[in-house]
Amino acid sequence: MSTVRTETVNGRKNSQIKNDLNDHDLSNVDLSTIDWDNLADENGHFGIYGGCFASETLMEAIQELDEAYNSLKDDPEFQANYDNDLRNYVGRPSPLYHAERWSKQLGGAQIYLKREDLNHTGAHKINNTIGQALLAKHMGKPRIIAETGAGQHGVATATIAARLGLECVVYMGEVDVERQAPNVYRMKLLGAEVRPVSSGSKTLKDALNEAMRDWVTNVDNTFYCIGTVAGPHPYPSMVRNFQTIIGREAKEQCLEQTGRLPDALIACIGGGSNAIGLFHEFLPDLDVAIYGVEAAGHGLETGEHAAPLSMAKPGVLHGNRMYLMADKDGQVVEPHSISAGLDYPGVGPEHCLLKDLGRTHAVAVTDDEAMEAFHSLTRIEGIIPALESSHALAYAMKLAPTMDKDKTIIINLSGRGDKDINTVAALEGIKL
Amino acid sequence: MSGRLTECFATLKENNRKALIPYITAGDSNPTITVPLMHRMVESGVDIIELGIPFSDPMADGPTIQLACERALEHHTSLHDVIDMVSEFRKTNTTTPIVLMGYLNPVEAFGYEEFAKAAKECGIDGLLTVDLPPEESTQLVDVLKKYEIDPIFLLSPTTTEERIDKIVHAGSGYLYYVSLKGVTGSSALNVDEVASNVAKINKHTTLPVGVGFGIKDAESASAVAAVSDGVIVGSAIVKIIENNPDDTDTILDQIGALLSSMREAMDK
Repeated sequence: MSTVRTETVNGRKNSQIKNDLNDHDLSNVDLSTIDWDNLADENGHFGIYGGCFASETLMEAIQELDEAYNSLKDDPEFQANYDNDLRNYVGRPSPLYHAERWSKQLGGAQIYLKREDLNHTGAHKINNTIGQALLAKHMGKPRIIAETGAGQHGVATATIAARLGLECVVYMGEVDVERQAPNVYRMKLLGAEVRPVSSGSKTLKDALNEAMRDWVTNVDNTFYCIGTVAGPHPYPSMVRNFQTIIGREAKEQCLEQTGRLPDALIACIGGGSNAIGLFHEFLPDLDVAIYGVEAAGHGLETGEHAAPLSMAKPGVLHGNRMYLMADKDGQVVEPHSISAGLDYPGVGPEHCLLKDLGRTHAVAVTDDEAMEAFHSLTRIEGIIPALESSHALAYAMKLAPTMDKDKTIIINLSGRGDKDINTVAALEGIKL
Repeated sequence: MSGRLTECFATLKENNRKALIPYITAGDSNPTITVPLMHRMVESGVDIIELGIPFSDPMADGPTIQLACERALEHHTSLHDVIDMVSEFRKTNTTTPIVLMGYLNPVEAFGYEEFAKAAKECGIDGLLTVDLPPEESTQLVDVLKKYEIDPIFLLSPTTTEERIDKIVHAGSGYLYYVSLKGVTGSSALNVDEVASNVAKINKHTTLPVGVGFGIKDAESASAVAAVSDGVIVGSAIVKIIENNPDDTDTILDQIGALLSSMREAMDK
């Protein structure tokens, strides 16, 4: 049976986007008719993706969150607090930096870096944790929990928890605890308890499982701060809304600096929060090409990657339907990426729909290509990028040379690479 | 809906007895043990069997069921295998209702229609997908109903009256009331709270209400049976497998003994 969406905003209809597992081909949709701000229906369905696939034990908490968020998102006082924190605590707006020397070296399009690495705590993650922590405080929840992969979301959560005086517990896979040791220590300094997770692949997805279990058990006093644009509704939309500041600033800065819109956007995609944060504002600008870069790990052909958009089929995990790396029996496959923040088998539902609509392009780069880009940007521009962001840079190294010198690309430099120096040194056989 | 589940609860009611419903994960600790274990549980006095579909990411379960899934997946126990096990069981038992319990993704990977058809053919009576609330279930429930398989839904201590009403209308066969906030295998069962919440649910429906989570011995089984229509036992059974993974006889004997003691206490 098919559920056809009929909501209308600004006179436009997204009724072409169907939520029907047996009939969800979107190849003939006319993109000029889409209302990009309202891709999801009121229950968070981005076509067949998204939704709220949670156990009954969590439904009440999720609905409570949905109601609280809906009552606050347009509240001027809440918005003013949020804006004030972004400006004076995070340091926004983050610069849009013209990487002239790197652009010249690549010999094509002009590359602009949206410097989310310069935010307080060193990544875009804080844009979201501030929003959710303010919400937690408003809902009277004294305890906040989070999952983390690279540790950036964990640090960003621990940071805001410290500032607001909230108890903070962060779940992190054992493998990630090891490869992101500096961030583990930062979280502890900030007063958070880091709980290593030893089940499954011991990475991000398992940390998420464990955080969900904690939430189910402590649902009365606990707020679950999800770090990406996935999870049960309303998380994908809420986290996106807290991250779209990236694209709004970038658009304004680009117009100011170049006098026109960019020709292309590039961002890395794990769960997809930094990418949707940059992309969302530009979705109606159909002349802007959009590339989401997944982790090809050891190579897409090896199966050892974290590239669900490129390689997987839709499946259900962690509260939503999304492109999901799973075997023929529906068991989730352990992903691989050199970058802990991209090491996730799924991807946010809005990205899934955008790919199906053909509005964004899913591409992937390998561990080796990301490492090459990491070194290249560091040496040419004096900016050490996070390994996650290095995937976006690596794709730019392929794309920019194919474009004319008067074209522009904006890359979301989502985080700084200080946390990764142990990983990089180990790869080069250097003991720090 | 499924004749077997409706008939089972009707017969129990006539005899003023409550349902004893064990849960095991199919393929735990290895695939060859599952069917003999199902038969032994029936001999020990159970009324319905919940057979778990192993899943790589059992988010609503505690460590005991997680490990059970991992043991089953070491043997690559798939939903196809689970269906084959039920076929095997049905060769000699055509009366005990079987409910599959698990997460949505293996069912979605199988295909809703294909699953329901295969399940009907092999004699499966119900399906409980933990991560599928009624709001998302329309497409699957329609298919299950077409093949006369009961969709079983969960209710929890935090479920509002409004949602109770929605859930009891979406489900059939019986309802599964989760007795506490937390994952499977948690302790801290509060029988008074269970009693009042089951009474609240009963105001909305005539469907039988089974209670699970936190029931581990004859005493707790008997206490919960007194205030509900059925007792669901999972982690306490699975723990026996965890402690004796390579010893089939011990697994069968100890699980048989535990269930017999529960049966006896519930029938007193």
